[in-house]
Amino acid sequence: MSKERKMTITLPREELMSSGHLACQGCGATLAMRYALKALGQKTILCIPACCWSVIDGPFPHSSLDVPIYHCAFETAASSASGVRAGLDMVGDKETTVMAWAGDGGTFDIGIQALSGAAERNEDFIYACYDNEAYMNTGIQRSSATPLGAWTTTTPVKHYKKERKKDIIGIMAAHDIPYIATASIAYPEDMIKKFKKAKDIHGTRFIHIYAPCPTGWKSRPDDTVKLARLAVQTGYFPLYEIEEGEKRTLNLRIKERKPITDYLKLQGRFRHLKQDEIDLIQAEVDNNYQKILKKCGL
Amino acid sequence: MSKKKDDKRIIFVSETEMPPVAMSLGSMLYNKTGAWRNIKPVIDLSRCLKCGICWKFCPDTSIDIVEEWPQINYDFCKGCGICAEECPEKCIVMVEEEK
Ligand SMILES: Cc1ncc(C[n+]2csc(CCOP(=O)(O)OP(=O)(O)O)c2C)c(N)n1
Ligand code: SF4
Ligand code: SF4
Ligand code: SF4
Ligand SMILES: [Mg+2]
Repeated sequence: MSKERKMTITLPREELMSSGHLACQGCGATLAMRYALKALGQKTILCIPACCWSVIDGPFPHSSLDVPIYHCAFETAASSASGVRAGLDMVGDKETTVMAWAGDGGTFDIGIQALSGAAERNEDFIYACYDNEAYMNTGIQRSSATPLGAWTTTTPVKHYKKERKKDIIGIMAAHDIPYIATASIAYPEDMIKKFKKAKDIHGTRFIHIYAPCPTGWKSRPDDTVKLARLAVQTGYFPLYEIEEGEKRTLNLRIKERKPITDYLKLQGRFRHLKQDEIDLIQAEVDNNYQKILKKCGL
Repeated sequence: MSKKKDDKRIIFVSETEMPPVAMSLGSMLYNKTGAWRNIKPVIDLSRCLKCGICWKFCPDTSIDIVEEWPQINYDFCKGCGICAEECPEKCIVMVEEEK
């Protein structure tokens, strides 16, 4: 490669997340934060409830992020963000973006009443949920975002999770908020586009980020991005957005979806599954994907 | 642009030194996470396409772009192997760390 040729850079160059943070090797949640802040810039305040990210950031008075963070109680991401926004409005600060940044446990489970309340009031902030499909920070317990068939420490192999993952996008869509999107760490350009779009919208904006966790999924740290990509390519986690409660757009149409086994077999948390159980999961994925296509008018 | 890219660890000797409100005063750069590494990525620059993909996917922001080439910062790289896995030219290899 020639000396003169420039590097191809497809993301904003500014880094608001520094090295030295405390995430495990190959953590997807960390990539999610890196991209989100690249999109939002330094005029951002975060509200982070108890989750892996409250640890990743580092011990007081240190922080690996170059934006202010309000560490709040587990169930209060959305109510804290509502308060921070109200405070900024009182001092006339219109330009700072407030973002609640919570895990799946903090969003799908314990934080859902605060989130629903804020969405009903159409509070002016971005709510980002990085979904690693369990309570990772406290040792891999099941959440309502844990998928069917998965092992966790509270759904051991003999009693693996028998329930489906909660449809959080459906719940948020029912609140008729101005912007909802799914995003994946394997598609950072798409994710940054969505955060930038969200930044310029007023009202409650919800972004659901798929963030693999090698520690909790018993996967290889180098497979993190590959797993996130496979989740999209199999149709397990489609990339789409809902604007103004109505306009649904599928951002990436997968012509030939890969079989779900390609995705499952890279993760120790699904190792116990037998063929008939995998077939059941495949049927579930097909069904969900068709539903989303239909809703997007495709 | 960042005010706190200092890599010093802050230790309060007495509570009077503590800021009146909980706020971050220092970065995490004192924490040299390179010590966590078991295997380390090595780039063969002669084959590098300058595609920027390794830089894009590093969860530890430990690939810098130096004079238009990717350069691994071994002070912080945790050796996850994502860069090697994602490199389209497969010109990053993970080698055993000598300790
Ligand atoms: C009220 C309350 N209950 C329980 C906890 C303990 N706790 C801290 S983090 C956590 C799990 C968080 O899971 P999730 O939101 O999915 O984030 P992750 O750790 O997976 O990133 C739990 C149960 C707490 N801090 N507060
Ligand atoms: S447990 Fe998972 S989400 Fe938490 S820091 Fe480790 S890899 Fe990241
Ligand atoms: S091995 Fe992981 S931490 Fe090290 S440079 Fe590559 S992507 Fe970054
Ligand atoms: S991913 Fe590989 S080819 Fe692309 S810039 Fe990095 S080392 Fe070079
Ligand atoms: Mg979680």
